Amino acid sequence: MATVLERNQAQEPKMSAAISARQVESQKVSAVMVATTPSATQLHRTAGIATARNLKKSYGNIIALNSVDLHVRAGELLALLGPNGAGKTTLVRMLLGVARPDAGSVSVFGADPYDGHMQARLGAMLQVGRVPETLKVREHLDLFSSYYPAPLPLAETLQIAGLADIKDRPYGELSGGQKQRVLFGIAICGNPDLLFLDEPTVGLDVEARRLMWAQIRTLISRGKTVLLTTHYLNEADALADRILVLNKGRIIAEGTPSEIKSRAMGKQIRCTSRLTMEEVQQIPGVLSVKADRNAFELQVNAAEPVVRELLQRDPWLADLEVTNAGLEEAFLALTQNHNAESKEN
Amino acid sequence: MAATTFPTALAVPRRSLQRSIAIYAKEAKYELLKNLRIPVYAISSVSFPLMFYVLFGVVLGGGNPAERAERATYTLATMGCFGVMAVSLFGFGVSLAIERGQGWLQVKRASPMPVSAYFAAKLFSAVVFSTVIMLLLLTVGTLFGGVHMPIATAARLIGILVAGSIPFCAMGLAIGYFAKPNSAPAVVNLIYLPMSFCSGLWIPLFLLPHGLQVLAKFLPPFHLSQLALNAVGLGENPTPAWEHVEALLAFTLICLGVAAWGYRRDEGKTYG
Ligand SMILES: Nc1ncnc2c1ncn2[C@@H]1O[C@H](COP(=O)(O)OP(=O)(O)OP(=O)(O)O)[C@@H](O)[C@H]1O
Ligand SMILES: [Mg+2]
Repeated sequence: MATVLERNQAQEPKMSAAISARQVESQKVSAVMVATTPSATQLHRTAGIATARNLKKSYGNIIALNSVDLHVRAGELLALLGPNGAGKTTLVRMLLGVARPDAGSVSVFGADPYDGHMQARLGAMLQVGRVPETLKVREHLDLFSSYYPAPLPLAETLQIAGLADIKDRPYGELSGGQKQRVLFGIAICGNPDLLFLDEPTVGLDVEARRLMWAQIRTLISRGKTVLLTTHYLNEADALADRILVLNKGRIIAEGTPSEIKSRAMGKQIRCTSRLTMEEVQQIPGVLSVKADRNAFELQVNAAEPVVRELLQRDPWLADLEVTNAGLEEAFLALTQNHNAESKEN
Repeated sequence: MAATTFPTALAVPRRSLQRSIAIYAKEAKYELLKNLRIPVYAISSVSFPLMFYVLFGVVLGGGNPAERAERATYTLATMGCFGVMAVSLFGFGVSLAIERGQGWLQVKRASPMPVSAYFAAKLFSAVVFSTVIMLLLLTVGTLFGGVHMPIATAARLIGILVAGSIPFCAMGLAIGYFAKPNSAPAVVNLIYLPMSFCSGLWIPLFLLPHGLQVLAKFLPPFHLSQLALNAVGLGENPTPAWEHVEALLAFTLICLGVAAWGYRRDEGKTYG
């Protein structure tokens, strides 16, 4: 007789801690905003400041974006979540006006960013292969600040981005995490209203990632609007007001972090069985199967029908465990679901 | 649409002339600083022409003092041309290819930087390096090669060669839009070394085979070096100066056309 165990993964409590931290933070935020510019803030809260309609872009026969609609509201942090090659960077580049869509339209602060008239209100942290290495941190920031009409004082940029200690070091001598922070500094130094952060925490260790999150929250607390891209559901969850999930050039889900999580939260079934990998794969409702030592690990949306089938097909089934999928497994389930659907069509 | 209610209230004010000038100045300053701190660029772009000048213009070859002085003056014009060319092609072409191909230019374009400031800064850096090279060669030539020319002549020579960096900056621009970051230095070397040889910068044209002498008429370094040689009274052929200027102008326009094509081709992809 098999034992069915239901247990929460260790991640669960940590995750809710992150959420409550976020809620506390956002309460602080609204307090700050009301204290400073209440009327303007309320006005902008409801209005969209960046919109994309029916965007399409292909590179040769790769479809990078396929009918994407997006609406960034003033004062929010919108996370664009998706795996490698989903089209996140492509979308950001179009909103910045550094690339043109094949079809569809983009509007930022009511204008076409491609015309280059409102770049002074935008800041961007992009994935860069190489930054001029002989210029010092302070010099990079000095130059970029000069492009903007009302930049932050240098000391403030250095402080927000955590660069004060390394301001006199040449870029080429910095560590990966420090380089990331310089790019972040470049994005914020002009004191822009709308920030695009393309995978700001990629390659950072846990501590540096937390630090970057705190820096991003500082911006939101100053009333900035942020569009952030990420591979990680936990990052989107920790920071965002709203999440858009992008996969293969399409938006496949949209909602608050808790909505997305409840949509994505699948189950993971673990068992040892005499069935073959293929036989397990064929059971309806199984999203993916992995062989883990002598056991199988199945990702599913709902556990009960799959468990019933498993027991019916293999009377010798043993070591059965059902767990809530972790955040990242949940995200995978969400995108793989979408992949399976698009294959059927 | 909600967003359309925004722009009038929150439109970004136009940049004042003063602020534009400040941006151009800062961009130029940091471009120069950036290049000065790259040892391979700063040292090789100055030391190579200087080394070759000392070798071919001052040390090698015999003759009486008058002949030696003439050779030193002749080489001043041709090696000066060579130095200006190298600085322009590397400073413009290679650095553009790298910054464009590695995404840095995209970061700049996503900012409110006026694109023209970016290119003006590169031109400025090439002009400064060209001037430094010419002053160095002139000093060495005067001290050790017996070069003797009135200040006005020296100023004209330097002026012509420094202005002559423009066609090569245009060529660098075109290369920068087509070459990949890793291959750009090789591409530049493959073009400018043979081109400078065939234009008579290394060995005076009249010592080269007839075929090469004909070919040289189609090469920009030939025209620039002829202008420079005319300025110091050593021009070897009777072509009037304006024909050389025209040839350089045409070359510049062709390069700019190619660059504009590359720029447009790029927009859809790695934009820059
Ligand atoms: N310049 C380009 N030339 C050709 N294909 C491109 C180009 N830029 C993007 N693509 C393709 O478009 C698709 C989307 O790319 P994009 O960079 O937007 O993905 P992404 O979501 O940012 O991925 P990542 O998380 O890896 O950064 C990919 O398949 C990519 O290969
Ligand atoms: Mg990307």
